[in-house]
Amino acid sequence: MKAKVKVTLKNGVLDPQGKAIEGALGSLGFGGVNGVRQGKYFEIDLAQTDKAKAEAAVKAMCEKLIANTVIENYQIELA
Amino acid sequence: MNTAVIVFPGINRETDMAMALESVTGKKPHMVWHTETSLPNVDLVVVPGGFSYGDYLRCGAIAARSPIMNDVRAKAAKGLKVLGVCNGFQIITEAGLLPGVLVRNADLKFVCRDVRLRVENNTTFFTNKMAKGAVVSCPVAHGEGNYICDAETLKRLEGENRVVFRYVEGTNPNGASNDIAGIMNDEGNVIGMMPHPENMIENLHGRTDCKPLFESLLAA
Repeated sequence: MKAKVKVTLKNGVLDPQGKAIEGALGSLGFGGVNGVRQGKYFEIDLAQTDKAKAEAAVKAMCEKLIANTVIENYQIELA
Repeated sequence: MNTAVIVFPGINRETDMAMALESVTGKKPHMVWHTETSLPNVDLVVVPGGFSYGDYLRCGAIAARSPIMNDVRAKAAKGLKVLGVCNGFQIITEAGLLPGVLVRNADLKFVCRDVRLRVENNTTFFTNKMAKGAVVSCPVAHGEGNYICDAETLKRLEGENRVVFRYVEGTNPNGASNDIAGIMNDEGNVIGMMPHPENMIENLHGRTDCKPLFESLLAA
């Protein structure tokens, strides 16, 4: 089973990298960009075949390591 | 006084820190590799600066989950003194020993220069030889020193006098909330700071402003 995990900054947390990307898009001539937020994406290959167990395991991984829940949210997708 | 310095892959300031500790204690610190599971019997543990694990995932995140950190956490809960400097500050916040997190410098630039640092709390194990409000020169070298935490935590840190060091107004190199350069936990036995006091203690460093910080360890 494969897990796809998206980690994004919580609302209100300053994202200077997103701001820099937004500025670069503007200087390339892309108009109408109201904002950019940068996040992280992980693909995790799991031996577990039970979806509920896999989800619980990946949630624990996110809480313990993959995300810092002080500043980040995470979303898990299993396939 | 017996001390230990934790060593992770990618750390590069452990020798500077060891020399700074030895200069006041007269004893070489135990250098403890991250795969160890228990600390030697010491009075102080220092988590030094560098780039543990190449700052992969988040700075300090992987080092914070290494085997030795379980014992650092357990003994810190019983009152062991812990000092985290630079990457060490990032590591101990990731390990949950201090609240908040260090994020990318607001202007995205790595800063490597001397800053002016004010001692806000001179009753700690690392500042008791300093006057309250004393200003020292101290080097910083980091890309992720922008301290942030939620509004309630910030209020508590300020209200409980847990901001130990602050960048002097107008010299904040990273955008940290309230110019915070260093904080402590509520029991006062864990201190984290972004600047490198171990690099401002000898004439060869140009100045010796931070020597009294290390001398404070002996009185604590």
